Amino acid sequence: MTKIVIDPVTRIEGHLKIEAVVENGEVKDAQSSGMLFRGIETILRGRDPRDAQRYTQRICGVCPTSHSTAATLNLDSAFGIADKIPDNGRLMRNLILGAAHIADHTLHFYHLAALDYVDVTAIARYDGNDPTLKSVKEFAQRGELGPFVPRYEGDYRLSTEGNIQALAHYVKAFEMRRKAQELAAIFGGKLPHNCTIVPGGVAEVPTVDKIASFLWKLNEIRDFIDSVYIPDVLSVAEAYSDYFTVGAGCGQLLSYGSFDLDGSNPDLTRRQRLVQQGTTSTNLNADALDTSKIAEYVKHSWYDESTSGRHPTSGETKPHINKNGGYSWIKAPRYDGKVFEVGPLARMMVSYANGNAEAKALVDSVLEHFKASPGAMFSVLGRHAARALYTKLVADAMPAWLLQLKPGEPAYIDYEIPDEATGMGLVDAARGALGHWVEVKGKRIANYQCVVPSTWNFSPRDDNDQPGPVEQALIGTKIKDESNPFEIVRIVRSFDPCIACAVHLVTPKGTDLGKYRVS
Amino acid sequence: MASSSIAEIPVIWFQASTCTGCSVSVLNSASPTIKNLLIDEVIPGKHINLRYHATVMAGQGEAVFAELDRTSDTRKGAYLLVVEGAIPMAENGVYGCAGEKDGQPIPLATTAERLSRNAMAVIALGTCAAFGGIAAGAPNPSGCVGVDRLLHQRGIDVPLINVPGCPPHPDWFVGTVASILLSGLPKSDELDEHKRPKAYYGKLIHENCPRRAYFEEGKFAKKFGDPGCLNELGCKGPVTYADCPLRLWNNGTSWCIASGGSCIGCVEPGFPDLLAPFYQKLTDEALPAIGKGQ
Repeated sequence: MTKIVIDPVTRIEGHLKIEAVVENGEVKDAQSSGMLFRGIETILRGRDPRDAQRYTQRICGVCPTSHSTAATLNLDSAFGIADKIPDNGRLMRNLILGAAHIADHTLHFYHLAALDYVDVTAIARYDGNDPTLKSVKEFAQRGELGPFVPRYEGDYRLSTEGNIQALAHYVKAFEMRRKAQELAAIFGGKLPHNCTIVPGGVAEVPTVDKIASFLWKLNEIRDFIDSVYIPDVLSVAEAYSDYFTVGAGCGQLLSYGSFDLDGSNPDLTRRQRLVQQGTTSTNLNADALDTSKIAEYVKHSWYDESTSGRHPTSGETKPHINKNGGYSWIKAPRYDGKVFEVGPLARMMVSYANGNAEAKALVDSVLEHFKASPGAMFSVLGRHAARALYTKLVADAMPAWLLQLKPGEPAYIDYEIPDEATGMGLVDAARGALGHWVEVKGKRIANYQCVVPSTWNFSPRDDNDQPGPVEQALIGTKIKDESNPFEIVRIVRSFDPCIACAVHLVTPKGTDLGKYRVS
Repeated sequence: MASSSIAEIPVIWFQASTCTGCSVSVLNSASPTIKNLLIDEVIPGKHINLRYHATVMAGQGEAVFAELDRTSDTRKGAYLLVVEGAIPMAENGVYGCAGEKDGQPIPLATTAERLSRNAMAVIALGTCAAFGGIAAGAPNPSGCVGVDRLLHQRGIDVPLINVPGCPPHPDWFVGTVASILLSGLPKSDELDEHKRPKAYYGKLIHENCPRRAYFEEGKFAKKFGDPGCLNELGCKGPVTYADCPLRLWNNGTSWCIASGGSCIGCVEPGFPDLLAPFYQKLTDEALPAIGKGQ
C-alpha cells in the first residue's frame, strides 16, 4: 500500500493538497479537505446589504462575475424587485456574465488543464518560422524552463506537431481570455471584480458604439471557440480516449441554470434560462429544481456540530478548529440527502435531459464523433467536452442579446431597502451551481450564506459518511505510475476547482503506511 | 542566439489568503502581454525567470514546493518575492496552510516569512497583501494582516513595495517590476507613506475624474445610470489615490466611474472597513481617517 502526497496541487484557484491511498495500483480511499478559511460570510454580518455584491465577488477572483450575479439576484429578491429589473439590465448582466464564462473556460482548458496532456518540451524540435513559436524555442534553449518544469513525466501522447500546435494555441488562448475579460469590461467597467452589476440592474447605460465594439470582439472570440478550442478538446480526447471511462464520479448532476431569457418570473427556479435548472443523473431523467431539498452537513468539517443539516437560509458559519472527525474547512452540501456534482457537465446534461435543442445537438455531435453513448459524458473528458460545448452555446447566444438592448434607455430601477427581508440568488457560475441567501434585519445583513460550486464538488463526507463527488471520482481509479500519478491530477482538474481551498485525501483511519512522496 | 548575455531574474510568486484576482488581473496585461512576461526578455537582456506561481506552473507537489527552498537557499538576495493575498495569523496560522512538513500543514505565514528573509525585495501585490484587505474586514475572523505587518512582527528588514488594488492594475505591477529591472529598487522618495509607487498612486481619482466638471457644477447623479458626479451614490474617488481615470482598465476598455459604477477606494489601507458602506455618501468627518495608515 502506498500513500501518495501531492501538496500543493497547482493550476487551480487556491491551495490544494492531495493524499491518496493506492493499493495494487488502485485508489482505495480519498478524502477532500479545504484548508483555507477567510470567513467572508462572517465579515458580511451587520453590513449594508448592497455591499454584498462587492464583498462576495472577492470570494473568488477567477469567477467574481458569477458571485456578483448571484448576489444581485439575491438582493433583488430581498428588495422585492426581482421581476422589475429593466430588460436592458437583465441583458447586460447576461452579456457580462457570458463574457466572463468564456474567459474562465478558455483559461481552464489551456492554462490550467492542458499541461497535463501537452508536452511543452516538443518545442525543441520546432524548425518553422512562426515568430511566437521561435521565441518559445529560444526560451526553452536558454534552459531556465520555469514555470514549465518540474512536471510529471511520462504519459504525454500527442505527436510532435500536435504538441507544438497545442503550445501555439496555449499562447493564443492567453490573448483570447484577455479579450474575453475586455469584452466583459465593456459593460462591467473593469474585470476582475466588476463595478456595474448592482441590485436594481446595471449601472452602465448601453450605447450603440459599445454594442458594436462588443459584437466584433465577441465574433473574434467565437471564431476561436469554433476553429481552435473545440477542435483542440477533440484532439486531446482522441489521444487520451481512455479518459472517457476515468473519473465518473457520483453520477448525479445539479444545475441552477444561467442567463435569464425573461425576467418576469420572480421565482428563479422556474425562470426561463438559456441553460436549464434542475437535476438529472446517468438515467437522463429531468427533475425540477426544489431548493428546499438543499442542506449543508458539517460532521466532517471544522464547524460547530450544532450547525449541521441546515438549509442555507438558516445556515451558520461557526468555526470549530480541530473538531474530532473533521478534516475540511469545506461543508458538505447535499440535495435531498444525496451527493450531486455541479458544473458545465451538469448544465449541459440537465439541459440535454430537458430536451434543450441546442444543448442536445452539441452533446450529440461529440458523442457521434466518438461513437459513444451519453454515459461517456460522466468522465474526465466528458467534463472537458461539456465545458467547451457550453462555451460555444453561450457565445452563440450573445449576439441576439446585444441586439435586444435599447440604447440610451435605463438599465436600472431604484428601490428602498426593506427593514426586514429574506432573499435567494441562484445562478450557475462557470464552475457550477452558486447560491446566495440573505436575511436582512434593520436594513442590515443579519445572515449571509453562500454555497459555492466547489463546496458541492469538493465536499468532504456528510453526516451519513457519503463521500463527496471528487472523492467518489478518485476512489477506484487505476494508477499506472505511482511516481507520476497523472490520473489523480487529471481527475481533480477536470472539475476546475475554484475556491480558495485545498483538497486533502487521507488514509483510512489507523492504517500505517509507508509514505511515497511524489514530485 | 546570445543566450549567455541574458540575465535570468528569479521571481517567486507566493499566494497566501487570496482570491487569485490579482493573478487574473496580471494575466490581463496587454502590453507587454503575459507571454512576453513569461517567455521573452521583458526588458532587453533581462528575462523574468518565474520559478513558482501556483496558478500557471506545470508541476505540483513536493517538487514545486522544493523549488521555493532551492531558490531562497541558492539565490539569496537575488530573487524577487511577489506575495498575493493576506497573511492569516490567528491561532498560529491554522486558517491558511499550503504544503506540509513531517505530515503537518505549513502555515502560509511561516512560508511567507521564510521567503521574505532571503529576498532582494518583496512586492506586496494587491490590497490584501499590502494592508490585509477584504479578508481583514471586521471582525477579521482569520486574523489577516498585510506583509508589512508580518515583516515588522518577525523583525525582517527587506525592501517592501506595496502595489495595492482589489485587484491591482496589471500596469502597476509590470511597471514596478520593469522599473526594478531597469534602475534597481525604488528610492524612498519614489514611494508614498504607504510604500506605494507615486507613479501610479500619486494623485486622487477625484483630481483626474472625467465627471469632475459635474462635481464643480453641483450636478449629482441621484441613481445609477444618471449623468452627473457619483458622490451621492457613495463614490470614494475623492479619498482614493490611483491613476485609473487616466490609465483605464482592461486594455483601455473602461474603468469603474466611466462605467457608471462608483469607486470603492480599493487601493487604500482602510479598504474595506473605512471605505464601506460603499454606496453611502462620504461624510466630511470620515475623510481624515482614510489613507492614514493601518
